[in-house]
Amino acid sequence: MNWVSMLSLIVSSTFVFSTPLIFTAIGGAFSENGGIVNVGLEGIMVMGAFSSVVFNLTFADTFGKATPWLGLIVGAVVGIAISLLHAMATINFRADHIISGTVINLLAPALSVFLVKAIYAKGQTDNIAQNFGYFSFPGLSKIPVIGQIFFKDTSLLAYIAIIVAILAWWILYKTRFGLHLRSVGENPQAADTLGLNVYRLRYSGVIISGLLGGIGGAIFAQSISGNFSAGTIVGQGYISMAAMIFGKWNPIGAMGAALFFGFAQSLSIIGGQLPGIAKIPAVYLQVAPYVLTIIVLVLFLGKAVMPKADGTNYVKSK
Amino acid sequence: MKKAKVFATAVLTAVVALTLAGCAGKKSGTGNSGKSETTKHTVALITDTGGVDDRSFNQSAWEGLQAWGKSHDLSRGNSGYQYFQSSNESDYIPNINQATQAGFKTIFGIGYKLQPAIKQSAKDSPKTNFVIIDDSIEGVKNVVSATFKDNESSYLAGVAAAYTTKTNKVGFIGGVKGDVIDRFDAGFAAGVKEGAKKLGKSITVINQYAGDFNAPDKGKSIAQGMYSQGADIIFHASGATGNGVFQEAKAINQDGSKKVWVIGVDRDQSAEGKYKTKDGKSANFTLTSTLKGVGAVTEDLSNQAMKGKFPGGKHLTYGLKQDGVGLTDGQLSTKAKDAVKEAKQQIIDGKITVPEHPAK
Repeated sequence: MNWVSMLSLIVSSTFVFSTPLIFTAIGGAFSENGGIVNVGLEGIMVMGAFSSVVFNLTFADTFGKATPWLGLIVGAVVGIAISLLHAMATINFRADHIISGTVINLLAPALSVFLVKAIYAKGQTDNIAQNFGYFSFPGLSKIPVIGQIFFKDTSLLAYIAIIVAILAWWILYKTRFGLHLRSVGENPQAADTLGLNVYRLRYSGVIISGLLGGIGGAIFAQSISGNFSAGTIVGQGYISMAAMIFGKWNPIGAMGAALFFGFAQSLSIIGGQLPGIAKIPAVYLQVAPYVLTIIVLVLFLGKAVMPKADGTNYVKSK
Repeated sequence: MKKAKVFATAVLTAVVALTLAGCAGKKSGTGNSGKSETTKHTVALITDTGGVDDRSFNQSAWEGLQAWGKSHDLSRGNSGYQYFQSSNESDYIPNINQATQAGFKTIFGIGYKLQPAIKQSAKDSPKTNFVIIDDSIEGVKNVVSATFKDNESSYLAGVAAAYTTKTNKVGFIGGVKGDVIDRFDAGFAAGVKEGAKKLGKSITVINQYAGDFNAPDKGKSIAQGMYSQGADIIFHASGATGNGVFQEAKAINQDGSKKVWVIGVDRDQSAEGKYKTKDGKSANFTLTSTLKGVGAVTEDLSNQAMKGKFPGGKHLTYGLKQDGVGLTDGQLSTKAKDAVKEAKQQIIDGKITVPEHPAK
């Protein structure tokens, strides 16, 4: 295998892993910049995956090729609905953020599997007919070398994810809304005295995380696993949270971290097929992503500082 | 203080009421079957972490049990047949305990992961019959070990692949390295080798393990790597990780540049291979699937237990001869089908012994 096709394989594989993580990690960044710790990303991804698969199975004939994209919207809406539970619990009822998030993580898999049994009388759904396939950018894929590596037979969603990350960064750091959201996460008391509606801003942070988390779950289900079962989303939500922290609560950082995790994972898998690396016992390659993560964390990352008021409940004093 | 007292009384009343309701409910629930409990045989299934709809093992066993129950007029529940789903390994012993306490006379543990749990429980409950599927327990009188000669069905899959490949490269994706997947690995490689020899060509098998039975993203990436190296058929023995393999093959086939195949495992996975070509025609990329007769074995052993002939302490192996494993016809060409048939007969006649472990 020549090095061009090898690189193209690694890039493509990285995108496969990372895309759901990028969306969810950006969502997490929004929520936590507003001051609400969102541990429930895993549960939101599960519900996003579940709803998108159900939608896809039911409406694949009506919408044809557009079905997976509409499935993303459905996943987003359901993600928002679930995140509202978390938002209400933490903002209105002042519950502990981590407990509330954990409740979502316990609720979602159980609820979704129960609903699958109720709707389909089976423990896991059938495979969807319309999934996200490969995409070659029309003109760009013809560029020699770079075209084949980055633009041919790749995932369109990955590029959308990168654009969303840049957009999110711009919203969070260059717009008024972003400034307000961040201030509410740093010092809600001060923000309140200046007339900002702390509750409303925190709600919007959580809702955005629900939206993006739902999309992340929907992408995973519709492009990687092709169906929904109890074991579809296991850990991806937590990995996204790790990516968010790795990226220091910055959307671009979170995207970079998610891409790094995906890269490490795909290296370990594709490495098994490269002539030289294939001789290494499989177990070292399987452990490699985690070791690599720790090494990068220790050597390059410095202190990760979370928004100051992240995790505290704000009570509007009289 | 008064409020606390009222609250405590209320709770106490509720608890008493619920206990009485629970006791009363038990008798009325089983009244509809009409037969007395002592003549019936009750069987329970303890699933692996895949669940009864993992589209393979556990589902097959459950379907076999349901067929058995139906043919003996039993209903689902504690007086007939039932399954207990394990969502992770720590559920195994609690589920088995639940089954023994509910009075089930025969308990099936589906999957090699349940071996320690079944062994322990069999020693604790010597009057109950236990079956472990896909592993062996020696020296315990009330346990039957049932293993399958998956190496034989994988051999047939290898022959089918050899007769179908156009690029002379095929792939094998394993789940977790171990005795069970070793059989698939070794059988497939041997079958490909034999088929290649008969056709007079040289076929390479690319081999990689995902390290997980539930990682469709890894499955997709590994399949992507193999297909881009030129493999046109991939045999997966990786459970839910295989979902990713199917997704990858679907994406490639729908793209239209080349045709790739997947060989399914444990049950007919042709439903997962449906796709629409670029011209809009319906096609299928599941070349064939190896079958594991977990359902038939479940039914058979339940019958034997019911008749009082439970072969406790024995280790039964089910191969092509006993129809315990097999290969579907799938999309095989006539030439491939004939080759498979011939190989099957040779294995049954004992002319070919298929290795159980891959060559080091």
